Amino acid sequence: MHELSVCQALLAQVTEIAMDRGASAVARINVEVGPLSGIEPALLASAFEVARAGSCAAKATLSITTTVVTISCLTCGAESQTQPNRLLCGACGGYRTRVVGGDELRLRRVEMRLPEARAAATV
Amino acid sequence: MCQTCGCTITPGNAHLSLNQNGRTEEVIEVLQDLLAANDRVAMHNREHFDEHGVLAINLMSSPGAGKTALLEATIVALGDRYRIAVIEGDLETDNDAARIRAHGVPALQITTGTACHLDAHLVHRALHDLPLAGLDLLFIENVGNLVCPASFDLGQHRNVILLSVTEGDDKPAKYPVMFRAADLVVLSKADLLEVLGDFDPGQAAAALRALGRDTPMIRTAARRTPELGLWLDWLEQELAGRRSNAQTQLPESAATVAA
Repeated sequence: MHELSVCQALLAQVTEIAMDRGASAVARINVEVGPLSGIEPALLASAFEVARAGSCAAKATLSITTTVVTISCLTCGAESQTQPNRLLCGACGGYRTRVVGGDELRLRRVEMRLPEARAAATV
Repeated sequence: MCQTCGCTITPGNAHLSLNQNGRTEEVIEVLQDLLAANDRVAMHNREHFDEHGVLAINLMSSPGAGKTALLEATIVALGDRYRIAVIEGDLETDNDAARIRAHGVPALQITTGTACHLDAHLVHRALHDLPLAGLDLLFIENVGNLVCPASFDLGQHRNVILLSVTEGDDKPAKYPVMFRAADLVVLSKADLLEVLGDFDPGQAAAALRALGRDTPMIRTAARRTPELGLWLDWLEQELAGRRSNAQTQLPESAATVAA
């Protein structure tokens, strides 16, 4: 269950961003997770429920955008969508392929609340 | 930058960013790898290894595939020609490190408690207690697990994954993330192939190939009648590659110092 480790890394990044911006709290976090990242979205979501306690994201919601495995064939150049354990070209069946999507594991967006004083200052 | 020009504000999220009193919410587009912190430390570890001309190999498999046995047999075969050290990762016990030390090779045990994998930070901490000077080869024996260790770069130069023939030959299809990370797949306990009769190395190779990689797969046996030839050849090739790398890099670093 390394999703908890990943959640801790996620919260460290989010906390750094929130502190940089002087945010009072984090409202929403969006991450992108591909099937080849080795991370199970459902487990990440439940790990987040545990990991967020006591952080600036304690009341934040986590949304997970999943991607599909997309490969590009180095032999015939075709691009195809496929399963994580079948990275063979959909057109020519070749195995010399490059993963162009589906291995993402990244923080995409953070939505934060700013304190009243700062909000007023930015008017 | 996007926060300055407001290009992240869309009709869908504008209500979050603006209200009558000015901004009370801020939306930041990040696009940062979640394991960036681990990867930074891994790169730092790799610099340590390169600095000392050490070849670092991350050994992964399911529990009981024979990682420690392969290391013991490797130390017996190469120990008089290369200086070897081992970092052992387990949830509990010092047993594996003790087995390695019994062969006169330095071994450092990392016990992860409940964590199912080693990460770059754990390895970095271990390096403080394991002098790299004078070493040729460092094995990092990861926690036995075909899932979690795949996601964490430790700073190794090569990933070696053991698939013992007592497991299923469809393991690469079941654990694609792990097997995709392999630079070499070792069919361990290969002397049992005949006895078991239900592991088809051809199937394992096909499942590996289906991951879009031309990863080499070799057989080993570490006990009774050891069969290590191809494994030792691969190691020696990697060691030679690292040495010639170190030599070509030397003038560059000397030039940097001079500059």
